[in-house]
Amino acid sequence: MARDNDVVIKIATVNGTGSASANGLLMKSIFRMGIPVVGKNYFPSNIQGLPTWYEIRVTGDGYQSRSGQVDLMVAMNAQTYARDLAEVSPGGWLIYDSTWPRNKLLNRDDVTVLGIPLSRMCNEHFEGARARILMKNIAYVGAIAALLEIDLGTITALLEQTFGDKKHLIASNMEAIRLGYDYAQENFVCPLPKKVKAMDGTKGHIVIDGNTAAGLGCMYAGATVGAWYPITPSTSLMDAFRSFCSSYRVDPESGKRTYCIIQAEDELAAIGMVLGASWNGARSFTPTSGPGISLMSEFLGFAYYAELPAVVFNVQRTGPSTGMPTRTQQADILSCAYASHGDTKHVLLFPADPGECFETAQQAFDLAERLQTPVMVLSDLDIGMNDWMVPEFDFDDNRVPDRGKVLTAEELENMENFYRYLDVDGDGIPYRTLPGTHPKGSYFTRGSGHTKYGGYTEDSAEYQEVLDRLLIKWETARSLMPEPEIEYSRFNKAAILTVGSGNGACKEAIDRLAEQNVAMNYCRVKAFPFHERVRQFIEQHEVIYVVEQNRDAQLRTLLMLDCDADPVKLVPLLHYDGMPLHAAFVVERVLEEHSKGRAA
Amino acid sequence: MSYIAKPKVAHPNLPRNTLGLTARDYEGAVSTLCAGCGHDSVTAAIVQAVFELNVEPHMLAKMSGIGCSSKTPAYFVSQAHGFNSVHGRMASVTTGASAANRTLTYIGVSGDGDSLSIGAGQFVHAIRRNLNMCYIIENNGVYGLTKGQFSASADIGSKPKKGLPNQQEPIDPVSTALSLGATYIARGFSGDKEQLVPLIQGALLHDGFALVDVISPCVTFNDHEGSTKSYAHTRKHYHHVIDTDYIPPAKEIKAAYEEGSAMPIELHDGSKIVLRKVDGNYDPTSRAKSFKFLRDHFNAGEIITGLLYINEERKEMHDLMGNIDTPLSEYPLEKLRPGKKELKKILSRYR
Repeated sequence: MARDNDVVIKIATVNGTGSASANGLLMKSIFRMGIPVVGKNYFPSNIQGLPTWYEIRVTGDGYQSRSGQVDLMVAMNAQTYARDLAEVSPGGWLIYDSTWPRNKLLNRDDVTVLGIPLSRMCNEHFEGARARILMKNIAYVGAIAALLEIDLGTITALLEQTFGDKKHLIASNMEAIRLGYDYAQENFVCPLPKKVKAMDGTKGHIVIDGNTAAGLGCMYAGATVGAWYPITPSTSLMDAFRSFCSSYRVDPESGKRTYCIIQAEDELAAIGMVLGASWNGARSFTPTSGPGISLMSEFLGFAYYAELPAVVFNVQRTGPSTGMPTRTQQADILSCAYASHGDTKHVLLFPADPGECFETAQQAFDLAERLQTPVMVLSDLDIGMNDWMVPEFDFDDNRVPDRGKVLTAEELENMENFYRYLDVDGDGIPYRTLPGTHPKGSYFTRGSGHTKYGGYTEDSAEYQEVLDRLLIKWETARSLMPEPEIEYSRFNKAAILTVGSGNGACKEAIDRLAEQNVAMNYCRVKAFPFHERVRQFIEQHEVIYVVEQNRDAQLRTLLMLDCDADPVKLVPLLHYDGMPLHAAFVVERVLEEHSKGRAA
Repeated sequence: MSYIAKPKVAHPNLPRNTLGLTARDYEGAVSTLCAGCGHDSVTAAIVQAVFELNVEPHMLAKMSGIGCSSKTPAYFVSQAHGFNSVHGRMASVTTGASAANRTLTYIGVSGDGDSLSIGAGQFVHAIRRNLNMCYIIENNGVYGLTKGQFSASADIGSKPKKGLPNQQEPIDPVSTALSLGATYIARGFSGDKEQLVPLIQGALLHDGFALVDVISPCVTFNDHEGSTKSYAHTRKHYHHVIDTDYIPPAKEIKAAYEEGSAMPIELHDGSKIVLRKVDGNYDPTSRAKSFKFLRDHFNAGEIITGLLYINEERKEMHDLMGNIDTPLSEYPLEKLRPGKKELKKILSRYR
């Protein structure tokens, strides 16, 4: 007997046909019924005409990742029909548009194929080519509603909310819903054994993507200057920041903007602008992706050495080179950690979901200003562009941002002398001044060799003294990093360790493995340099499966370098096909290694 | 060495500006450039320009990239903040700095390599944005620190100390800026301080992107016979088309100008620059005519100097965007965060 609220719907369409709003309507309706959902959009790097898929996982258990299954395929794209049919899990269903003949079964007799004449029905009921295409999408939502028992009242309420005063649009959309709904009711046994059922699992939650959350976080962090060069999949972060600012960042007295967003000519300029702005005391940031990081590298090294704050969001996509711009990966870990020539290393933060994007954005500005160094937030396409169900964000009105060691005019007035790179407090963090504050605060910001007093030098000892002090600062950074998320299942010596968007799949995998009596402890790192507890965790275990989404085990390498971890016990589990990680992959690979006798 | 501070001994009777500072107070560290370098003369012109304009030293931001020219901000106004960035990227840093604090005075010092080769993209886009800054190019047609390679401004036929003459088309920053819509375009010569100082002053006060291209000979690598950026060549071929006088606010224009030749232009702070046509054929308010004039004279081997184009109408970057007048870096943080209650409202869209 199939359980309620445990079904994966996948919709195959052609991009540019308006299916996104239909898919959003479907997912939101299920969410509004109180049922946890996971949405994944697999879209091409293209504007119109290529295959695109949207996957909705209905998960009463509230898991956060893909399941690796497809129960109900909506195969609207004849071009991909064969592979879509092949992807359906045994015992599943497939809906196709039966207006035109299609080889219904190909070689699957374990899949129930349901033909619905969607185009014919919409051509009969709607006028105009565009409306017919759009309504065909809405009609399949109606059919799915009948097959899975999705509440029609909830769908209606959502449509009313979406279209507001445009009554004719509500009416036509409802008509299309009814077409699909009635056809399914009349021709198939509804509901299917796998169906949804209203529950109370979404209270206090929202459905949001990570880029929107990070853009909102930047506004709440008090960021005023944003510079960027458009690049998938990070562009929507700046779009979100701009949209929030247009509502909330207008000076009430003058009606003028209290933010400045600059579309740069390239990523080299974008990071240059960020550094100029933070040098002048504004909280500034740039969102980008891997290729942008490559271009920003020289300036990132400058910021490390001249000690300027900067916040960089890297919404990672697949590499190398242009790679697959609309697919996800975690393959920039090393290139970010050591971006730029010379002895350079950077603070990295790894949010795992949109909720953490909102928090991490704020934290990143605090750390960048406290440490006077670039802080890179490593999100990825899966987090940034997919819709995640997460607890509603909170904000403490009394939150005091950490602006770091910045001397005021009064403090400068009362000082004998100001020296920019002197380690007064012993934590490796010198004091800084902002231009325009006081004549005594002036200094020369440079990427060339300098002394602790801020002067130019080519003297070995003077140069090395500053370089060594930066290592003291690095250890201070370590002490300020967020702690890893650690969970102990029970006393044992085996664990899974992951980062960022690997979180959901790994946690689900731990549950699945426990059902098979394979116990795993869990550690999710949240920042680099690694917190002391990460080192301890590694020491406590005999085998650690390091799950990450790249080919070269970059997180594992970083653990070896920064924690001096024994490589033998760090077993890499690598997923790098560009699709978001799913639990089945982790379970399968852990069991495989387990059978080799490596697991405890 | 650039960390050697100049001794600050000043004659008690040195003239003081309205801030009570002498020109010595606007000096910087001892220059490490070659003796006779044109850039040192430009530095001296900058010192005089900011001294006379009564710029508060700490309200001046000195921006640069990499190269001989980019070292010079260390040699003037030591009480101003300096930002010696990476090669060819001074413009972007200044854009961000201005975004955060529009009340500082930005002076950028760059070279022909820094602006016309590695930094050509940023130079071009700063002009497009009409970034409010004085952008000086110390133009010598050659890479000095790497010992004598041609730069993108080297003229066809210009001879290096060793090797074959240049055969590639030069990039002329003045006509480039003109075609891109820069709003203040001047060219001077490091050997003519009298002309250069008011050109820099006008550029500092202009509300928008002000380019001052200064022919500044490299005595070590590009001052020989056959070079078109040498002292001798420049002195022989430079053609003064417009003279510029700077008149501070509230001062009346008293100098006697020849009827019809004087053209006072009011700057945003109430000061004026008065242009005097030396060449009657020149019209500094028409982009099209300026362009033709410049090209014709360029083709004739002449170097046209003076304030070559000005447009006080076009808004600078912040005003184009509608940004607040207060520096964004000083806007109170609590006003920048909408608060918990608004967050709830925002998030209701995602339920």
